[in-house]
Amino acid sequence: MLKPSKTQTVLGWVTFIVTLFALYMTFIYAPLEKVMGVVQKIFYFHVASAWNAFFAFFIVFVASIVYLRTKNEKWDTIAKVSAEIGVVFTTIVLVTGPIWGHAAWGRWWTWEPRLTTTLILWFIYLAYVLVRASSIEGEKKATMAAVFGIIGFIDVPIVFFAIRWWGSLAHPEVVTGSGGGLDPRMLHALIASVIAFTFIYFYLLTQGILIERTEARVKRIKNQLRERNN
Amino acid sequence: MRFLAKVANIVWKDLVAEFRTKEMISAMMIFSVLVIVMFAFAFKPVGDTVKAVSPGIIWVAFTFSGILGLNRSFVNEKQNETLTGLMLTPVDRTAIYFGKVITNFIIMAVTEAISLPLFFIMFDYGVAGSILHLILIIFLGTLGFVSIGTFLAALSANTRASEILLPIILFPILIPLMIGAVQSTAMIFDQKAFVEFAGWVKLLAVYDIIFLVVPFILFDYVLEV
Amino acid sequence: MHIKPGEFVSVLGPNGAGKTTLLKVLTLLTPPSEGQVHIAGRKVSEEQLALRKKMGVISHNTFLYANLTAYENLLFYGRMYDVPRLKDRVKEVISEVGLQYSLNDPVRTFSRGMQQRLAIARAIVHNPDILFLDEPYTGLDQHAIKILNQVLLSLTNQDRTIFLITHNFEQGLSMSDRIVILVKGKIVCEMPGKDLTLEDLQKTYLKCVGEK
Repeated sequence: MLKPSKTQTVLGWVTFIVTLFALYMTFIYAPLEKVMGVVQKIFYFHVASAWNAFFAFFIVFVASIVYLRTKNEKWDTIAKVSAEIGVVFTTIVLVTGPIWGHAAWGRWWTWEPRLTTTLILWFIYLAYVLVRASSIEGEKKATMAAVFGIIGFIDVPIVFFAIRWWGSLAHPEVVTGSGGGLDPRMLHALIASVIAFTFIYFYLLTQGILIERTEARVKRIKNQLRERNN
Repeated sequence: MRFLAKVANIVWKDLVAEFRTKEMISAMMIFSVLVIVMFAFAFKPVGDTVKAVSPGIIWVAFTFSGILGLNRSFVNEKQNETLTGLMLTPVDRTAIYFGKVITNFIIMAVTEAISLPLFFIMFDYGVAGSILHLILIIFLGTLGFVSIGTFLAALSANTRASEILLPIILFPILIPLMIGAVQSTAMIFDQKAFVEFAGWVKLLAVYDIIFLVVPFILFDYVLEV
Repeated sequence: MHIKPGEFVSVLGPNGAGKTTLLKVLTLLTPPSEGQVHIAGRKVSEEQLALRKKMGVISHNTFLYANLTAYENLLFYGRMYDVPRLKDRVKEVISEVGLQYSLNDPVRTFSRGMQQRLAIARAIVHNPDILFLDEPYTGLDQHAIKILNQVLLSLTNQDRTIFLITHNFEQGLSMSDRIVILVKGKIVCEMPGKDLTLEDLQKTYLKCVGEK
């Protein structure tokens, strides 16, 4: 693998420290929730992952537009890596959500609008990954992915709106999240956790880009070798 | 005007070819009736069940059969590389998109016009509510389906596994349209007044506009060689 | 490279020389990655539609709709190119390629040679000023080769520009004004095409390609 730059190494250490701090805030600083107990701690990871996922997909959207305008491979790589990170964090949201729901409402899945939108989001970006996987190599693949990255993101607000409306008709009594009376210390922990996850996102992004660049380099070297031997 | 004449020419070409062989339309028709029959076995169609599930059945049958047609619309143009021939002609690429949207819309409308009455007969279900409203919803739902569906069919025609890929990339995008179409169809069957589902109609209309305009902007990229 | 109006240029080259890419750029299917193309004194990035109207392409793919009849295919393409008095023009080109008796049969019932002849008619239905040919002799039967050569000859007599891409030494080259050899995207040799014997050509070709 190519050597990470100085900034990347620094970013790695900062991410490590911020994450440690967020863990301290989550498990020691924030008080235990009276009704749910320790299960409530999942809340900090759930919300932070959701934020990260949406942020990652927003980056896919922006990078896709820039790619189509400039045809610069760099933006294609950013979109690709960001989509993969987004899918991972969406998966975390979809796993932690039902655990929380089971503890809070006694049901694994409630078709709560935000969680349901996340599920659709997960499908949209899995589709994005599949478009990449089954496309013919090269510029065409990047273009197809970029086009789908734009379409998918535009669809997200419509999905959310439609599901919320549909949910309010189907289950009008569903509790909408856990806002309301949040202990200030819990809020501090949440903010720390969101910041830490954002750092993790950027760290993963730079690492992913490094891997992609290494792969491209290896491919180039292989081609050169093949030509020399011909 | 030139643009519209060329769009019409593309539609003419596709419809003449289709109605000569009736390949797509017959497959779609049989498939949509099959879906309806499968549902009859899945939810014993008696009494209140029919009312509860019929809007969903109708739209699942429409979309599932529709995807068969979408899959063919660009794959067919790969034979003899006619798509390249079309792209060499002096016309904007978007004319190809609109031509295909109109063709797919007409073919789906014909399928729907035949399978919907069959559904009502087989489930012994009287048409409750306003027929005009129902037609409006089917129009908006079908338009949204073909506008984004045609676009993604062109996109997936560029991939190796286009026929498998299309439903996987299309259905998540279609979720809002499905919700809107099924909800408003259900309300029409409940003989609700127009104002009660006007919100859903607006949602469908907004969806249609967005997914006609965005493909219009992006279509050049999808056909890039 | 510069091509004069009315010139007949042939491009030869081994696989992967960039012949197909060159054709895609010239027929405005792909923009060039660098450099510029001018056709009829105009930059191709502007007025694409007007320029496309002046071009015809014959390729080893026929671009024909199998479920449409010969007549419908020509009608369709003619309308796309805004051909005036289209019905007469269709009858004219169809007899030029000798298919007037199969006018109303679906193309899928045609033999390979007949399809190729119809593809020639399709490419010239709008009277293009420039005709691009991409390996047109691949899979052609004797009859179709004869017709293609006749069409090319009559177009050269009308001072149309012709651009032929091929790896077949025996066909078409005797009519060329100029032969260009392309290797790895670069022009390595250029020579006049008239009065060139097949043997000479093969020798020069091997020399030019071998140098690289």
